[in-house]
Amino acid sequence: MSHPSAVGLTNGTEPLPDFPQLRQCPYQPPPGYRELRENQGPVVRARLYDGRPTWVVLGHAQARELLIDPRLSSDWSRPDFPSPSPRRKAIQKATILVGMDPPEHSAYRRRLISAFSVRRTRELSVSIQRRADELVEAMLEKGPPADILGGLALPLSSHTICRILGVPYEDHDYFEEQSALLVSPQVTEDDATQALMNLRTYLTTLVDRKEKEAEPGDGLLDTLVSEDLADGSLSRDDVIRLGIILLMAGHETTASMITLSTFTLLQNPAQLAVFRADPGKAALAVEELLRYLSIGDVAMRIAAADITVGDVTIREGDSVMLSTSEINRDPAAFEDADVLDLERGARHHLGFGYGVHQCIGQNLARAEMESALTTLFTRIPGLRLAVPAEQVEIKPAQSGVQGIYELPVAW
Amino acid sequence: MSAVRIVADTGRCIGAGQCVLTAADLFDQDENGIVELLTDGVVSGDDVARVREAEHLCPAAALTVAPDTDGTTGPPGQQGA
Repeated sequence: MSHPSAVGLTNGTEPLPDFPQLRQCPYQPPPGYRELRENQGPVVRARLYDGRPTWVVLGHAQARELLIDPRLSSDWSRPDFPSPSPRRKAIQKATILVGMDPPEHSAYRRRLISAFSVRRTRELSVSIQRRADELVEAMLEKGPPADILGGLALPLSSHTICRILGVPYEDHDYFEEQSALLVSPQVTEDDATQALMNLRTYLTTLVDRKEKEAEPGDGLLDTLVSEDLADGSLSRDDVIRLGIILLMAGHETTASMITLSTFTLLQNPAQLAVFRADPGKAALAVEELLRYLSIGDVAMRIAAADITVGDVTIREGDSVMLSTSEINRDPAAFEDADVLDLERGARHHLGFGYGVHQCIGQNLARAEMESALTTLFTRIPGLRLAVPAEQVEIKPAQSGVQGIYELPVAW
Repeated sequence: MSAVRIVADTGRCIGAGQCVLTAADLFDQDENGIVELLTDGVVSGDDVARVREAEHLCPAAALTVAPDTDGTTGPPGQQGA
């Protein structure tokens, strides 16, 4: 496919497609992205909500190339850093880690990675499986109908974050309740903001408590308090903000993946049969679901220097957005990319991103999805949607995380 | 298939663990979550495809797989020609 080479973005008013666009189906990329990639190539121009022009990356090879290029910056403190929505802009002002470049980013990330290693994840997976068992058991006891998001996905992801951070067991209920308020469709923006403040207050108190403990526990906050805070390499505010960013990055995302995976499998009976036939292949299936659903659909960057990718020249200061969902349907990277094939082996998908910002909790997310989905479909063989599929409401395109508001099921 | 040499750049590693998920017998993470080679860095046969996959999947480009210079096994961590 040939298209004219493009250089830089102008601030003109020529008509450009919107970015991001709305999904028409909860588990398919917005159809407009496909037209753009097929007609204009893997890197195209679009316009953000505030009228600013942006590059949008839709090709897998181009995304890999760009996401590992140090000239593409994630630094949210740049006054001209682009944003895909007003809500994201507000979050960008109050964060740590995600919106940083190396070496600052590396210094923070290195303090966290041992808590998310493959070995540590395996240790935590026992407690994740136990919690998944409890939640599915509770659904069975209560009887149908049930909501997968509220009854299984949110409490499981919240439980996991409690475990990784080292939130005491007796505080789990409060933590889960406040975390759920952050993403619940039934609460107002003010309630969500209040919940975030409550969690921040709670984490502040927890850090104080952990400072006074003689023997640190096995959570990440314990380690950060007893080592990094104690030797002055992190401030108290750093520790609290790391707790908040891990909560925000790991809660809604994993819960949404579990919920949307359930919906997608119920809509694809042949693939659900494949999933049920061999629980030993659950890891393979989870990888394909991560590729197919790509819920963290918008990655944001700014060019810190001129960058040439293919026949496009991105100029310093240009906004660069990446659509993970369309990237993960690139036929150059995945054969029959629009087909859900749980046995395909999709490990090179970019659902967790790529480059130094690739999701730090990715192995935990995999463990949670495996536990939730295998337990759900093993324990409840007759699981089905309790409402027509078209009534399942899709979150707006401006959400940071793609997904659905609830998933009523019966059996 | 001829032997290849793996070089792991621990300075670039971000602890994603993709290499361990690909080949747990060849890669590990140390107590800080940073990549560790479990071999002398030279692999051959069926292992070559697996280390190439690990190289491709590493989000930080911390792994390099290069042809081993004809069986001369020096210390791991040196780039072959």
